[in-house]
Amino acid sequence: MKPAPFQYHRARDVDGASRLLAELGDDAKVIAGGQSLVAMMNYRLARPRHLVDIGGLRELDRMHRDAEGGLRVGALTTHHTVESDPAGVLGAGFEVLRKTMTWIGHLPIRTRGTVGGSMAHGDATAEWCLLAVTLGAEFVARGPRGERVIPAGDFFLGYYTTALDPDEILVEIVFPRPAPHAALTEFAERRGDFALVAAAVDLDVEDGEVRGGRVALGGVASAAVRVPEAERVLTAGGSFEACASAAAEAVEPPADASGSTHYRKELVRTLIRRACEEAVSR
Amino acid sequence: MNTDPVATHPDLQLITLDVNGERYDVVTEPRRTLVDVLRHELRLTGTHVGCEHGICGACTVLVDERPVRACLMFAAQAEGARIRTVESLADSDNRLSDLQRAFSEHHALQCGFCTPGFLMLAEGFLGERPEASKEEIREVVAANLCRCTGYQTIVEAIEACATARRGACVTPCIPDSPADKEH
Repeated sequence: MKPAPFQYHRARDVDGASRLLAELGDDAKVIAGGQSLVAMMNYRLARPRHLVDIGGLRELDRMHRDAEGGLRVGALTTHHTVESDPAGVLGAGFEVLRKTMTWIGHLPIRTRGTVGGSMAHGDATAEWCLLAVTLGAEFVARGPRGERVIPAGDFFLGYYTTALDPDEILVEIVFPRPAPHAALTEFAERRGDFALVAAAVDLDVEDGEVRGGRVALGGVASAAVRVPEAERVLTAGGSFEACASAAAEAVEPPADASGSTHYRKELVRTLIRRACEEAVSR
Repeated sequence: MNTDPVATHPDLQLITLDVNGERYDVVTEPRRTLVDVLRHELRLTGTHVGCEHGICGACTVLVDERPVRACLMFAAQAEGARIRTVESLADSDNRLSDLQRAFSEHHALQCGFCTPGFLMLAEGFLGERPEASKEEIREVVAANLCRCTGYQTIVEAIEACATARRGACVTPCIPDSPADKEH
């Protein structure tokens, strides 16, 4: 279908975009790459009266390492830029980001879709949201009241809902620590589709031994979630199999036409084990 | 009397697009997607429109040499970018490009509806990854839907084009060398 009418506003800078959003109120929406929003507008699932296009703010399209070894990803960095890493900033510490990109849609989606757009959209199965929760990312948001930093644990509030205020712009996503033993894997009905379940782990490995780690899932709740029950198994020196079972028992995924709760729990079991095995072999 | 359509119709907007190296000034509603403007305003109907929600890939065009879905982009967002459509592939004498000839030779199309999308997907992909393996090509063409061919011939056509381009680029590089040498 065709989208409902709207007025188009092109932002010149972040502060201008945020001022515009404050002025336009509830009927305004930010558009970055538009790979989720335009589809929703074509379906008329979303009918914003105003679009504020931040796509031209090149200062938000950059990715670099900070002095502490963390990775700072500008909100307008595309999935394809992360995948191809032209400046070579990811290194072994953030290889998991590069590898994860191949799960996101297809090439022509990844060339337009942005990291910040995906985070702000907040799909429960989105790979970026799962990475953020697993790796303890921090979100830098700027609005009329200045800049603030929101930890991943407080950012995703539920289906398509984040902690961003309506007049705030997500400007940067910070991955504070390298994660050399992290992996994300998922299952979808067709390659490039939304995941039924996605699993990610970030293992702490010392002298070849797993000492603990972070375990998280997408597609089992209204947003990506950490699974402390599974993490405790890793800390206690349990097997990947035991960790995966603990995760499958801990969650109660929704059922729909694509799979029952039981089926998704079995996916959790398989995918967590796969993610652990991939992560430890890095 | 004000005859400026943008001033008299607040729902209209002047958009300047660079398509296939030509500049176009279009007065249209902001809700027009790039594919609709290409087809309805610029009458470049080579780009097809299928699902209108980013799944089928029939509308794939190049924006700054990268393949994108023209249905998932408003024309206004494309201002300042270089857009290439399937019409850019053949030369000014309507001679098909090496990629188009490879599609023809390998029977990489039947009904042809998806073909402009596949051509632009392959054009953008090979531009960035001229050394792509058959496996990579197979993965990339999964982005677009073809309900006739079963994809095998599309993969073969793209691979043949890539191989011929690599062969032609042993110095001195001859960009327009025929792709059918090896057949």
